[in-house]
Amino acid sequence: MLVSRRLILGASGTLALPGILRAQGTAPIRIGEINSYTSNPAFTLPYRNAMQLAVEQINAKGGVLGRQLELITRDDAGRPQDAVRLAGELVNDQKVDVLAGAYLSNVGLALGEYAAQNKKLYVGGEPLTDSMVWEKGNRYTFRLRPSTYMQAAILAEEAAKLPAKRWATVSPNYEFGQSGVRWFKQLLSAKRPDVTYVGEQWPALGRVDAGATVQALEAMKPDGIFNVLFGPDLTNFVRQGNTRGLFERRSVVSLLTGEPEYLDPLGDEAPEGWIVTGYPGEQIDTAAHKAYAADYRRRFNAKPMCGSLVGYALIQSIAAGVAKAGSTDVEKLVEGFRGARFDTPVGNCEYRAVDHQGTLGVFVGKTALKGNAGVMTDWRYIDGKDLLPGDDFVRGLRPASAN
Amino acid sequence: MDSILPQLLTGLAGASSLFLVASGLTIIFGVTRIVNFSHGSLMMLGAYIGWSILTRLPREPEWFVLGVLATVLATALIGVVLEVVVLRRVYRAPELFQLLATFGVVLVLQDVTLWLWGPVELPLPRGRWLRQFVEIGGSRFPMYDLILILVGPVVLGLLWLLMNRTRWGTLVRAATLDREMVAALGVNQRTLFTAVFALGAGLAGLGGALSLPNSSANLNIDLAIITDAFVVVVVGGLGSLTGAFVASLLIGILQAFGIVLVPKITLVLVFLVMAVVLVFRPNGLLGRPQAEAREATVAAPVIRAAPPELRALGVAALLLAIAAPFIVGEYYLTVLTDACVAILFAVSLHFMMGPGGMASFGHAAWFGIGAYAAGLLMQWIGAPMPVGLLAAPVAAGIVAALFGWFVVRLSGVYLSMLTLAFAQIVWAICFQWVDVTGGDNGLLGLVRPAWAHDARVFYWLALALSVGGALLLRRMLYAPYGYALRAARDSAARARAIGLDVQSLRIVAIVIAGAACGLSGAIFSYGKGSIFPTYITISHSVEALLMVLLGGLQTVAGPIIGALVYTGLADILVRSTDLWRLVLGAVIVLLVVAFPEGIAGAARRLWLRGREA
Amino acid sequence: MSVLVVQGLSKSFGGVQAVGDVSFAVSPGEMLALIGPNGAGKSTCFNMVGGQLNPDKGSVLLEGKAITGLSPRAISRAGVGRTFQITATFGSMTVRENVQMALLSHHREIWQFWRPVAGRHLTEADALLAQVGLEAQAERATGVLAYGDLKRLELAIALANRPRLLLMDEPTAGMAPVERVGLMKLTRRLATERGVAVLFTEHDMDVVFDVSDRILVLNRGVLIAEGDGDSIRANPAVREIYLGTGATSGGH
Repeated sequence: MLVSRRLILGASGTLALPGILRAQGTAPIRIGEINSYTSNPAFTLPYRNAMQLAVEQINAKGGVLGRQLELITRDDAGRPQDAVRLAGELVNDQKVDVLAGAYLSNVGLALGEYAAQNKKLYVGGEPLTDSMVWEKGNRYTFRLRPSTYMQAAILAEEAAKLPAKRWATVSPNYEFGQSGVRWFKQLLSAKRPDVTYVGEQWPALGRVDAGATVQALEAMKPDGIFNVLFGPDLTNFVRQGNTRGLFERRSVVSLLTGEPEYLDPLGDEAPEGWIVTGYPGEQIDTAAHKAYAADYRRRFNAKPMCGSLVGYALIQSIAAGVAKAGSTDVEKLVEGFRGARFDTPVGNCEYRAVDHQGTLGVFVGKTALKGNAGVMTDWRYIDGKDLLPGDDFVRGLRPASAN
Repeated sequence: MDSILPQLLTGLAGASSLFLVASGLTIIFGVTRIVNFSHGSLMMLGAYIGWSILTRLPREPEWFVLGVLATVLATALIGVVLEVVVLRRVYRAPELFQLLATFGVVLVLQDVTLWLWGPVELPLPRGRWLRQFVEIGGSRFPMYDLILILVGPVVLGLLWLLMNRTRWGTLVRAATLDREMVAALGVNQRTLFTAVFALGAGLAGLGGALSLPNSSANLNIDLAIITDAFVVVVVGGLGSLTGAFVASLLIGILQAFGIVLVPKITLVLVFLVMAVVLVFRPNGLLGRPQAEAREATVAAPVIRAAPPELRALGVAALLLAIAAPFIVGEYYLTVLTDACVAILFAVSLHFMMGPGGMASFGHAAWFGIGAYAAGLLMQWIGAPMPVGLLAAPVAAGIVAALFGWFVVRLSGVYLSMLTLAFAQIVWAICFQWVDVTGGDNGLLGLVRPAWAHDARVFYWLALALSVGGALLLRRMLYAPYGYALRAARDSAARARAIGLDVQSLRIVAIVIAGAACGLSGAIFSYGKGSIFPTYITISHSVEALLMVLLGGLQTVAGPIIGALVYTGLADILVRSTDLWRLVLGAVIVLLVVAFPEGIAGAARRLWLRGREA
Repeated sequence: MSVLVVQGLSKSFGGVQAVGDVSFAVSPGEMLALIGPNGAGKSTCFNMVGGQLNPDKGSVLLEGKAITGLSPRAISRAGVGRTFQITATFGSMTVRENVQMALLSHHREIWQFWRPVAGRHLTEADALLAQVGLEAQAERATGVLAYGDLKRLELAIALANRPRLLLMDEPTAGMAPVERVGLMKLTRRLATERGVAVLFTEHDMDVVFDVSDRILVLNRGVLIAEGDGDSIRANPAVREIYLGTGATSGGH
């Protein structure tokens, strides 16, 4: 909390010194980053911290192509139209070489559209919507984080192993929630033709009437519940569910709930035994992750969140893509990013050439209580490439112009 | 169905929570006539302060009660500060400026809260008694929700006693009916207003603190709750406590059963209820007709033809705008393009709000309908940009005609709230009906034709359309129709007595404003290349209000100046500081206090100094 | 032939009869005063003629045509002008524009979106302003006018429609006594010159007896007397109401 406070006051701005006249070739490589810093601070502030950390570390090792990295961040206030305007500022005024960022799916799509229309490279970090690299994919847009499909796919796989036959779903009523539920049902039914869906709840995003929703789910008498609620909606839902006994003797499979951003606020009411996707944080004991987590703690005096991992990996992926391209020319960048491999704290990943989707993987596990806080247990990491559908399927989704 | 009883009780608990917030809002409105946008922020502060206090206390019930009471006092105190520092200075300003000031407060408090408590949501750890339940109809029902069910009526009862059994309450009721009369009775209005605001704020704080065991203190409370609270207050009848209570029950119960029966449209349901109630009861369930403000007839100054100096200035500005692409860089060109859109957006709102006298809180609806009309035509039949630009005003105009039929039956704040409800319905459709509108992923690929792809060419196009549109609307204002519209606003009774059809005049104003606004939405969409439901949010509607009011409601140049100032200010602030909401909010409050007639209005006053208007 | 003929007009509110079976007529150029104590039903009667209220029973004929229950707008179009107890003018317009506005409506030129108002019907507007003595103030904002001038402006607006009948609700309310006489003398002159029938309610008995041709007295919704000033003054029933019960009279 203290750290974020200081960083908020630190304001958006540039990291490296903004020189005016620089000889071509030694000028820094500028990354223009746009995100919902004021409207979704819980996720984006740790994310920005980690980006800064990654930029500092890469620069300390001599930068990329012999040039330093420079990060310029902007706040889109949760409005895609603002993001597009600021993208214009970053490209035309700040002369950035790479556009990056977005937390919200619609901001990611808007920036992707901007990139396509203006022929600029855009690397999305956090947006989850599948269409960003599939139906609405384009030549200039890449995306790092595992998509809604990937997260739903692993949960469907886990759900198929359960005895539960009668499933109910609860999801915020907008694109993310709707596609999460759609994929989950489709993939689960494919594996388990015997399951039935006994009902759906669609609270409006950010305004869940938790008591009534829980009561309605209870009345459906499901064996299993698939949940896509997150943030304050999730907190309200879990509390009412706990008190009303909704989760007792039932399987719950839940998207994103294992991310500390959403699990931590639940405190001692964090549910036990939910199958979730998320991020186990400092439990990960690979050398790479330990080093990263230690650096992060030292630098910000806070534990790394899921957003931190995404921010850190995003910068790493950009550095690798630019290095592979060997130039900041946009067409060369596109070719360079395609198939670019990069290290992240959780393993080596790649931007797939076929759909520009990063293969950053998904942690899946169970929630448990440790002391007064929720944690992920029995977790495992599934490489993103194992979660993605085959190349032919993906090619069929992407517009021809995206190649 | 054995779940009817628990669902009903759940609805009642929700109703109680709603009532706590709405009661404060309606009391404040009743006495001060201020539409307090910052009421949701007060509830949010109540939640955060409650969290800070309660987490430091033992978890037993008696400490909980104590902590909640302390929170109520703290929020009431904040209310006092707010009233003394900001609102007291704007009571004399026109009603809508007060709303503007409270919106500035919302922005400031968003950043202050983030700064004090950080970005992470803060749920209150629940003691064991807060997790208890009772068996009702075979289901477990939270004990705390039972307590909430009781709190609503108890608070209503206490407020009733306060209002009907104390001298202070009598004064408050009298002030609700007739503010001037209370002043004439020699009552200190200042103290009364401050006390009323403190009471309202305290109730918001109570609502915030009592929401903690079921949810968390988070940064989204303010805007989420304020629309619900507005709906309750309007449905109940502005200023009526009992009305607010009845409306809370109605909405709470409908919500609870709506979730079971039509889970996908709960968001729309609330606003539909409000629209239906207002159509049949234009003053809410238990509201009285609003007394016509006594100063209304002298409020609006004469609109005269612009003096030659101003015309020269306008022509110079236009020439400068035409030459701009040769002067500024590409980014500022997009900012200027946005400014062109903002001008048409603001001018169209001004048309129905200034001369038309109908303040819309949902102007972004037309913007969005125009945008989506262009986008959907592109998606369905591949309509090119010229077709989209033509279809947008037509579509927005047609919807405006249907909607106008309902709106012109109302007046004042009720009218504004119906426009808000309508905009929320449009927003919800765009946000939730993913199959058609693409949901929040929006409509992408709105490509400009080759001839307009160049940023300069598109800027000139936007400039031509928006200035052309603005001049056309201005022309109408100086033509008989515009005069008749103004006549209907100045005095509806007189207008009818000389044979004017007031309702038709107003519907046509809404159609014209809607069409012009729809055009601005389409221009904007082609500029950005994509369309999103965020074009229709409340905050976008409020931006239109900000532009018009900042510029000045009673001058034709006002909305143009307001649009330019606001666009420039927002752009600079967003790019220079993470605390842009704080600064923008503070600037808005300062402007409202310094220029209650808007920037253009203030300039006009300076210009006319020493002369008769 | 009478301009206005009212027959058997009745109206009840929640079972309480406000006006019962009132009939009267007004001729061209005639000034008919409607008087009675507070609550006598004057305003109800007046508003039924003006279209603000719908009568339960009875008919209102303007030059032989029924206008019963029409909207105020339609009644205005039929040839009825009116002034209000509390002046109602267009505050955001100049004095001349107020009259121009009424003239535009009279000439059915409201639904025009292009040609500016400035300069339209100027001669006619100025002539009307001259008739009520406001020509010198034509350019001023309505909001800064003295109250008496506002009343005269209302009269000019009401006349712009070339009405056959003028309804004046408490025309002198809120005015200084000297101004009252001036305004009503002006009305008297205009009524005679233009042959307009005038129906007015009034509290000030001096004004009533001074300018009216005929007086109707209402009490508890019922017409109790009708006649010229002298006969009304002498009427014992009227004296009973105004003096015997001590009910209010005169201006307030």
